[in-house]
Amino acid sequence: MTDRITRDDVAHVADLARLTLADDELDAFTGQLAAVLDHAADLDALDLDDVPPTAHPLPLRNVLRPDVVGETSDRAEVLAAAPSVEAEQFRVPPVLGEAP
Amino acid sequence: MSEQAPEIVPGWETVIGLEVHAELATATKLFSGAPNRFGGEPNTNVDPVSLGLPGSLPVLNEQAVELAIRVGLALHCRVQPSVFARKNYFYPDMPKDFQISQYDLPINEEGWLELPDGRRVGIERAHLEEDTGKSTHVGGGGRIHEAGHSLVDYNRAGVPLIEIVGAPDLRSAEDARAYVSELRSILVSIGASDGKMEEGSMRVDCNVSVRPVGQAEFGTRCEIKNINSLRSLGRAIAYEARRQVDLVTSGERVEQQTRHWNEDEGRTHKLRSKEEAYDYRYFPEPDLVPVEPSDEWIGAVRDALPMLPRERRHRLAEVAGVDTSAAALTVERGMDDLAVDAIAAGADAARVLVHVENNLADGVGALDAAAFAALMAMEVGGDLTATQAKTVLAALVADGGDPAAVAASLGFEAMDSGELEAIVDGIIAENPDDWAAFTSGDEKERKKKSGFFVGQVMKATGGQADGRAVNEVLARRAAG
Amino acid sequence: MSPSAVEIAAAVRSGERSAREVLEEHLAAVDAREDEVHAFNLVLADEARAAADAVDAAVAAGTDPGPLAGVPVALKDNMCTRGVPTTCSSRILDGWRPPYDATVVERLTAAGAVAVGKTNLDEFAMGSSTENSAFGVTRNPLDPTKVPGGSSGGSAAAVAAGFVPLSLGSDTGGSIRQPAALCGVVGVKPTYGAVSRYGLVAFASSLDQIGPFSRTVADSALLLEAIGGHDPRDSTSIPDPAPDLTSVLDRGVEGMRIGIIEELSGDGLEGIAGDVRVRLGEAAAALEAAGATVETTSVPSTVYGLSAYYVIAPAEASSNLARYDGVRFGLRVDAPNAGDMNTATRTAGFGDEVKRRIMLGTYALSAGYYDAYYGKSQKVRTLIVRDFARAYEDFDLLLSPTAPTTAFPIGAKTADPMTMYLNDVCTIPSNLAGHPAMSVPFGLGDDGMPVGVQVLAPATGEATMFRAAAVLEAAAPAGHPLVGGALVGGAPTGGAS
Ligand SMILES: [Mg+2]
Ligand SMILES: [Zn+2]
Repeated sequence: MTDRITRDDVAHVADLARLTLADDELDAFTGQLAAVLDHAADLDALDLDDVPPTAHPLPLRNVLRPDVVGETSDRAEVLAAAPSVEAEQFRVPPVLGEAP
Repeated sequence: MSEQAPEIVPGWETVIGLEVHAELATATKLFSGAPNRFGGEPNTNVDPVSLGLPGSLPVLNEQAVELAIRVGLALHCRVQPSVFARKNYFYPDMPKDFQISQYDLPINEEGWLELPDGRRVGIERAHLEEDTGKSTHVGGGGRIHEAGHSLVDYNRAGVPLIEIVGAPDLRSAEDARAYVSELRSILVSIGASDGKMEEGSMRVDCNVSVRPVGQAEFGTRCEIKNINSLRSLGRAIAYEARRQVDLVTSGERVEQQTRHWNEDEGRTHKLRSKEEAYDYRYFPEPDLVPVEPSDEWIGAVRDALPMLPRERRHRLAEVAGVDTSAAALTVERGMDDLAVDAIAAGADAARVLVHVENNLADGVGALDAAAFAALMAMEVGGDLTATQAKTVLAALVADGGDPAAVAASLGFEAMDSGELEAIVDGIIAENPDDWAAFTSGDEKERKKKSGFFVGQVMKATGGQADGRAVNEVLARRAAG
Repeated sequence: MSPSAVEIAAAVRSGERSAREVLEEHLAAVDAREDEVHAFNLVLADEARAAADAVDAAVAAGTDPGPLAGVPVALKDNMCTRGVPTTCSSRILDGWRPPYDATVVERLTAAGAVAVGKTNLDEFAMGSSTENSAFGVTRNPLDPTKVPGGSSGGSAAAVAAGFVPLSLGSDTGGSIRQPAALCGVVGVKPTYGAVSRYGLVAFASSLDQIGPFSRTVADSALLLEAIGGHDPRDSTSIPDPAPDLTSVLDRGVEGMRIGIIEELSGDGLEGIAGDVRVRLGEAAAALEAAGATVETTSVPSTVYGLSAYYVIAPAEASSNLARYDGVRFGLRVDAPNAGDMNTATRTAGFGDEVKRRIMLGTYALSAGYYDAYYGKSQKVRTLIVRDFARAYEDFDLLLSPTAPTTAFPIGAKTADPMTMYLNDVCTIPSNLAGHPAMSVPFGLGDDGMPVGVQVLAPATGEATMFRAAAVLEAAAPAGHPLVGGALVGGAPTGGAS
C-alpha cells in the first residue's frame, strides 16, 4: 500500500459523498483506491506546467436558449415517483441545519 | 434613516461587505423552459431539469445572460468570457445536490457602485447561478431545529440569480442599507429584477468585522446569513459589531464563522467555523459550454441601458443646483424626469424638490412638467400661498389641468397687497404689546412675535395670506 | 441468418413483410435464450406489439413509417423511457419510471423503430463486463461462461444473440466498442455531441456518447443517421444535421492514409494478447489490399489516457450521482433526519463499483487534491487532443485493437478493479478527445472468440471511418458461427467450440 490515500482520507471522502463504509469495506476501498491512484502516478513524470486544461472536447461557445416558456411536468406523474409526498410536496425527514 | 451613529461602538469601526442574491426577471428558469414565477401551487413550475431528474440537461437562458450583462454594465464591471461550475453539496432543496454557479470565471468582475452621497463601493464580481427550491419545516412551530419533517417545493429551483459580491467598503449599518437600496434601484431600473426583498427575490448575506478606529488591518470577519429585510440588515450588523467588540475588549478573539441572524431573538448565532467550511469540490460544469458575449452584444446592451439612478441624481443635482444627496429622494421616487423638465420650463428648483419630497409621496398621477412649472411660478410669484399651492398640486395629481384654472375654481385668488396691508395694520393696532416686543430690537422676540402676527393674519384671512408677504409688511412697518 | 435492419426496414416499408411478423420472430428468439443470456432488464413485448402494429397501420395507410420501419431495437437501460422503468441496473433506481423520453427514444420512434426492451449494464455504466449489475450478470451468447464486455453488455449480447438487429449503448470509456468486440458485433462511439445525451442518465458528462450496435456496418450507419443530429435540449450537441453515412459505405479506402497506433498495439502496452495483434495485422493488410497506405505511427500520450480517465470520469460521476439522495425518485431508506436518510439510501442503493468511483472522484476534486489529480488529468487530456491532431495531419484514420483480449471468463477480473480498468486502455483516448471510433469484428482469437479492430477518426470523421469499417467487414475472416441470429428457434446450451 502507498501513502497516496489513507484510510482516514477514504472515510472523509465517504462522508462527503454520503456513504457509510463498514470497517472491512474501508480497508478494501482504501487499497483499491490507492491502486488506481498509484497507476495515475505515471502522470507525475509529465511536464504539464504550460499545458492548459481541457475540460471539454467540444470547441462550442454560447449555446443559448430563447427565454420562452416550455412544457412543464405533470405534477401527479412527478410526485408518483417520489418515496414520500405530503401536500403536493416532496416529504423528507427533518433537515438538520442550514445549507452549507 | 439615521438612528444609527456611524460608530456602533465608540472608538471602533465596523467593516461590512455584502453579498446580494437577486432573482432575474426572466420568463423562464436559468437552464430550462419551466416558468420563473413567484408563488403558485407547489411543484407546478417544474420540468425534468428543475427537478434534477436523471438524464436531464441544462440549456442556458439567453435573456438571463443579457440581464447579467446589464447588471455588469450598470455596476461598471468588466464583462468577460465566463464558465459555469458545479458547487457540490447535499441539501434537499437542491435538486441535483450541486448548484450550477460561476466560480473562477464569472461573467462580471471589478466594478463599483456609487452611493447617493457620492462615495463609491467596490463590486468584486456579479455572477450567474441557479436558485434552490424551498423547504417548509413542519412541526416544532416551523423552526428548523425542531421540525418533525420537511416538505420541499421545487417551483423556485433553477430560477436565475445574479450574485453581486461587494467589497468590504461599507462602515455602518446605514451604509449597508444605502448600498442595498441603491443596488435595488439599479436592478429595478434596468429591468434585471423586481427587487422584492419581502418575496425573497433579493437576499443579503453580510460579512462583518470590527477594528479600532485608525487601525489599517481588517479584523476577523463573520458572515451573517438569513437577512430578509433592510431592517434586519441594520439590526444584524449592529448586533454583530457589538458582539465582536465585546469579544475583543474582553480579551478574546473573533473566530471566523458563518452565523445565522435570528430576527425574533434579535441576535446572530453560530452555524459553523472556518475549519468546518464545506468542501464544495467546484469543477467546470461539463453539461454546459463557456459563455463569451461578443463585443457587439455587450455594446448593444450598453446602448439600450436606461439612465441609471446615479446619472439621474447627477443630472438633477446639476439642473437644480443642489448636491447629489439632495437629489436622491426625487430620483428614488422616479420623479426626476418631471423635476428636470419642470425646472427647464422655469420652475424654482428648490420649490420643486420640496414639493416632490413633501407632497408627492403617493405619485405624480396626472401631473405634467408644464403644469408643475406653471404652478411653481404662481407660488413663487405670490399668486398662491404655499398651502394653496399644495392643494392645487393635489388636484393636478388627481385630475390634471391648468393650475390657474384649478386655483380659480378653488377660489384661490391672490390677495391684493393693499388689502393685506390693511389687515396687518389692524392686527398691529389690536396688539400693541406684541408689536412693541416685535420692534424691541431683540432678535429672539422678533422671531417669536413674527410667528404670532403671521398666525393672526392667517386666522383673519382663512389661510389665504402668504406668510412671506405678511413678513414683508411687518418688516416695512417696523422700519417705519 | 436473420435479416439485417436494412433488409427489415426495406421489406416493411414496401409492405412485403409486416412489422408485427418481424417482431414476433425476434420475441421468439428472446424467449428461446434470454433466460440463459440475460441481455434484458425488461422486455416490452406488449408495448412493442402496439408499436409494430402502428407501423403496419401506417404502411397500410400509405404513410412511410421511416427509415427504421419495423426494426426491433433494444435500449440500454440508462436511457429514459416515459412511463417505463429505467434502472441503470441499480437498486437505487429500481422501479423509477421517468416522466419523459430521451431524445434518442423519440427519434427511434419517429423513424419507425420498435423498442423491444431495456438491456442490462454495469451499474450506471461503470464497468467492462456487465457483472456489476444489481439485476444479475449478462452472459456472452457466444460462450455463456464468458462476459459480454461492458458496460453495454446487454445491448451487445442482444444483437449477438439475434434478439434484435440493432441496439443502443452508451460509451464513456469504451462501453460500446469493448462489448462489441467481445460479442463479435459492430459497435460505434460517435463524435462527442453527434448524438444527443438528453435523457441518457449521466455517468461522466464530458465523455458519454450514445451509439449503435449491429451485426453489420450498414445497420449501424442506418441507426446513427436516425438518432444523430442537433438537439437543442443538449448544450453539447453539435449544431449540424446527422452526416450521411449509408450512401458512402461502398466508397472504399483507395488512397486513404491509415496509421496503426504503436502505443496501443505494440509491445509497449501491457496485456495486448498475441492473437489480438495477429488479427490487427491482418486487418491492416486488408486495408492495404483495398488501396490504403497503412503504417505504424506514434500517438505518445494515449498511454496516459487510462490514468487521466480514471480521474476525470469518477470526478464527473461523483457529482452526477449526487442526486440519488432518496428525495424525489427511486429508493429511500428511512432515517431520523434528511442527511442520514441520504446516506442510508446511497449506502444501500449503490453497488461497490459505483461507490468506489464516487469516492475516487470525490477525492480527486476535494480541497488539496484537485490540482494533483483532476487538474493534472485535464492537462493530460490536452496532450492527447494535441497528439491526435498531429497524427491526423498525416493520417485520415487510425487503427488499434478494440480490447486487449477476447472475452474473459465471468468472475476472472472482479477481484481487482485495476485489472478490469485495463480493458479500456485502447478505447479511452477517443472519449477524452471527443473523437469517433468504432469496433469491427475481425475473425476469432485462439479461443474461438471474436476479436474486434478499432477504427479511429478525427471529430466528425464518421463517414471516412465507416468506409474503412465496410472494407474491414468485407475482408474479415469468418466470424463466430452464432453471430447473425442463427439461434432463432433453437438455442444451443454450450459455449463456443
Ligand atoms: Mg456567496
Ligand atoms: Zn450564491
